Amino acid sequence: MTRNARLIDDRITLKYGTGGGAMRALIEQVFARGLGEVDDGIGLGAMDDGAALRIGDQYLVIATDSHVVQPIEFPGGDIGRLAISGTVNDLAMMGATEPLALTCAAIIEDGFPKEDLLRIWASIRATCEEAGTTIVTGDTKVMGHGELDGLVLNTTGVALTSRLVSDSGLRPGDQILVTGTMGDHGLAIMATRNELALETRLESDVAPIHALVRRGLEVGGEGVVALKDPTRGGLSSALHEMAEKSGVGIIVEENAVPLRDEVRAVGELLGIDPLVSANEGKAVFGVRPEAAAGVLDAVRSHPLGRNAAIVGECVADRPGFVIVDTGFGSRLLAEAEGELLPRIC
Amino acid sequence: MNPSDPSAQLKFRDPERARGLRETLDHLVQQAAHAPVSVMHVCGSHEQAIAKFGLRAAFPPDLQVIMGPGCPVCVTDVPEVDEAVALAKQGVRITSYGDMLRVPGTSQSLADAKAEGANVDVVYSVTQAVELARGLEEDIVFFASGFETTAVATAAVLVDDPPDNFSVLSAHKYIPPVMEIVAEMPETKIEGFLAAGHAATITGSGVFEKFVERHGLPVVIAGFEPLDVLAGLVKLMEVINSGEPRVENAFPRCVTREGNVHAQKLLWQVFRATGGRWRGIAHVPNGNLRLRDEFAKYDTRKRFTIDASALWSYAPPKLVQQCQCGDIMAGIASPSDCPLFGKECTPDTPVGACMVSAEGTCKIWHQYGGRPDLRSIRRGAA
Repeated sequence: MTRNARLIDDRITLKYGTGGGAMRALIEQVFARGLGEVDDGIGLGAMDDGAALRIGDQYLVIATDSHVVQPIEFPGGDIGRLAISGTVNDLAMMGATEPLALTCAAIIEDGFPKEDLLRIWASIRATCEEAGTTIVTGDTKVMGHGELDGLVLNTTGVALTSRLVSDSGLRPGDQILVTGTMGDHGLAIMATRNELALETRLESDVAPIHALVRRGLEVGGEGVVALKDPTRGGLSSALHEMAEKSGVGIIVEENAVPLRDEVRAVGELLGIDPLVSANEGKAVFGVRPEAAAGVLDAVRSHPLGRNAAIVGECVADRPGFVIVDTGFGSRLLAEAEGELLPRIC
Repeated sequence: MNPSDPSAQLKFRDPERARGLRETLDHLVQQAAHAPVSVMHVCGSHEQAIAKFGLRAAFPPDLQVIMGPGCPVCVTDVPEVDEAVALAKQGVRITSYGDMLRVPGTSQSLADAKAEGANVDVVYSVTQAVELARGLEEDIVFFASGFETTAVATAAVLVDDPPDNFSVLSAHKYIPPVMEIVAEMPETKIEGFLAAGHAATITGSGVFEKFVERHGLPVVIAGFEPLDVLAGLVKLMEVINSGEPRVENAFPRCVTREGNVHAQKLLWQVFRATGGRWRGIAHVPNGNLRLRDEFAKYDTRKRFTIDASALWSYAPPKLVQQCQCGDIMAGIASPSDCPLFGKECTPDTPVGACMVSAEGTCKIWHQYGGRPDLRSIRRGAA
């Protein structure tokens, strides 16, 4: 992958955590080296949303996610809801939409209020119920005051599926579908940090979307060839990864991308493109052209998928690139880099 | 018009109308006396609009729209940054706009000084710097950058009796004189200018009349929505093809010939125009705005002895010698001509000032993915 050919720096800075090319370079050059080979399944080297191990005629899918969002409670959710949704959604992006169970590890800062912890735990329980799963084991650590900021949660999930969906199955002509408005979570967090939240009705979209994905897979069958959740780095990073791994170009019709007015306005105000802003309750589907209309209808029939739309198509030209057709002209879609949006999830 | 009203904005973001304007523009460029035609805009906001809406891929192939020295942060000269850094290291508290912190000086930026413990605060407006001064005993210096639009804001607080511990280190610049410099550069092929609509709301369109007379180059004032930019270019091509250079106002919903007379009075009451270097460009007669003597008590340069000589004993890093910011700002090179662009020089690790500021050409190009040739993308299966 030539895009990540740049060697990583001597020190790991915030840019390696933005979900873009720098992070992928870090994973390739450090974490995935000499590890993660899987004979029949998906390992770390694939850099997908999770791993898959063959067990009999099914795959055991495993996904893990750490959560460092600041502030830990935000409009539309909190770190607990995020931790459950993030892992349930990562499992779903592999095609495993019935989470068996989750683990949850908490690292807590000395002095963290019990009241806050109880509230977050209640949110975790409620989100687990929504996702039809539960937490079966965990771990607790407490660190000194100032040694971390409040609370960090890690969740790991497992699920079984008979059909895996990767993020690399696209070919020219395939359609790109998003399950709803883009950029809500990231801009809700940034608006809160910039004290704009009270003036807008901007809310995070954080939610488990396994059921919505299942509906799309049931209708689309083999016609659904790629899945990705556009979390950190937003739609842009998701599409870049899909385009790179599949060896296609992707053209996005900017005017077809569903955006809330508030997201558009706050994005312009803060200079953050909603297309690089994180989502925590959305999926990107890559669908064969003949299956696109059916999948779109199916996704739209789910309450969390009402705003779903076909936003682009894959082309043979410019493999690995994502091009935005703005309606006025076209440009390349850039990926988020640098410290633009630290601690977004 | 209320700019935050989405319906008002949509009027200027109508792809149908854009298509019509593009066709007209195509036609006008084909009719031009020779090809290609090069025009220049001098404003980061124009470049933002062009990049964000992907307009360059839709311009006629024989029309080159070049960004000139339209980024005030980028043209802030090294000695000006050195003054601020030296003061900060002397222990004086410096406030400035966020973009200014990372602009490289001879050996250090304000951000470097801050990392070493100097008091440097980012403010979003000059008013915020004044508020900070009111709440503190110590001296507060506002390191002021920006063209005449922003300079008016600085002037407004200075005539409003700011506290005695507040002063201004002015790096404000004045755009009209630098257009003369660019027009006179021997390498220049510019046949017309697109002037910045927001600056012209203050200066008025009339400020460009003498320029047109002297250089025989037309000036069209344009706004910042995609249709504004296209309409401005259509008007500019019309005037170029007519062979009768003149000033045209393609942003009449905001700009008048006289401009904002009150703001102009304020600007020249507080500032005087004086010659000075613009980074990477040249010495620009009357290009710098400095405080008048009547405001000496708020002039950082008069209140403090600034000794920046300690900063000068460093050899400039090797990468800086390859930086092409100067040629890029003068409009004779593109970011993609620079060997550092997108490689050694990124928004994270900027080598030149053009990659630092949100209004810098390199930063804007990087943000919107650079400039590949996107005019012909084949759709559908291979």
